[in-house]
Amino acid sequence: MGQFAALLRATDHQPVRYLVVDDSVFARKNLARIIDSYGGMLAGEAADGCTAITEYDRTLADIVLMDITMPQMEGIEAAERIVRQHPDARVIMVSSVGYQENIVAALQKGARHFVQKPVKPELLYEVIKYVLGDAAVTASISSAGV
Amino acid sequence: MKMELIQPFINAADAVLSETLACPVTISDISMDEEAYQRHATASLVEISGDIEGRVIFDVEDGMAIKVAAAMTGTEIEAEPQILRETVAELANLVIGNAVTTLNDQGFRFKVHPPVDHSDPHGFRGTEDVEALVMDFASPAGSVFMNVAIRYNHRRRADVNPA
Repeated sequence: MGQFAALLRATDHQPVRYLVVDDSVFARKNLARIIDSYGGMLAGEAADGCTAITEYDRTLADIVLMDITMPQMEGIEAAERIVRQHPDARVIMVSSVGYQENIVAALQKGARHFVQKPVKPELLYEVIKYVLGDAAVTASISSAGV
Repeated sequence: MKMELIQPFINAADAVLSETLACPVTISDISMDEEAYQRHATASLVEISGDIEGRVIFDVEDGMAIKVAAAMTGTEIEAEPQILRETVAELANLVIGNAVTTLNDQGFRFKVHPPVDHSDPHGFRGTEDVEALVMDFASPAGSVFMNVAIRYNHRRRADVNPA
């Protein structure tokens, strides 16, 4: 996997903090590896929607990468609950189930974007940059200290 | 079994496996499964309910699972049972998610349930109205057996009530 210009928070130039939500350990590991290549920091992980809500309350991560199909509570409902409590939360849905109906439902419930699995790191990077907007700046890998 | 239901699964398995392994895969065998399915290696089962209902079993040889796991995580992986199960579940999730995306865009509406371990050596035979089709996707790293048994639950609304 290639390296990317590190994404930093515009406010304090610290690494962007991520919450990764997926019932698959492998998917979480894969996303953690991708986040690392963006110079990001893994703030928390969750394997279901309920845990995602409590982990978001705890971490207030800059970006939430949220799967859809999960046990107990699915990702779209979890995204809705997080955004209801924290209107500024930036939730990106990351799912293999990428049909139009699902995407529209996720966006209507407050998700900012949708990325279909298998995740292409270059695409996810651009989506995260877009979702962060002015809240992020890019820096070279060396100047970001990663 | 209708090929219009099966083809998206074949296309998705081909695309996901080729992309994950970064090498071509071929369908080396395809058969109707009339007997109870016999698991080859580590298997995961995904249920589908809605306009289309049934289940898909993903059965992955250890060598293939290890290669997929290494590709997903970027590190060398030990062949531990838990890791193999997680890998196969995620592979099933990716393939079936992509397949149902295609079917949904064709007008079918259904729910995909999270993958569960299929640890029984036997089980899940096709029936008269739900035949099981087994495909062997072969690569240099090993084989993935995909056992698909799905059927129409209701015809698409557009078919039932044409405009």
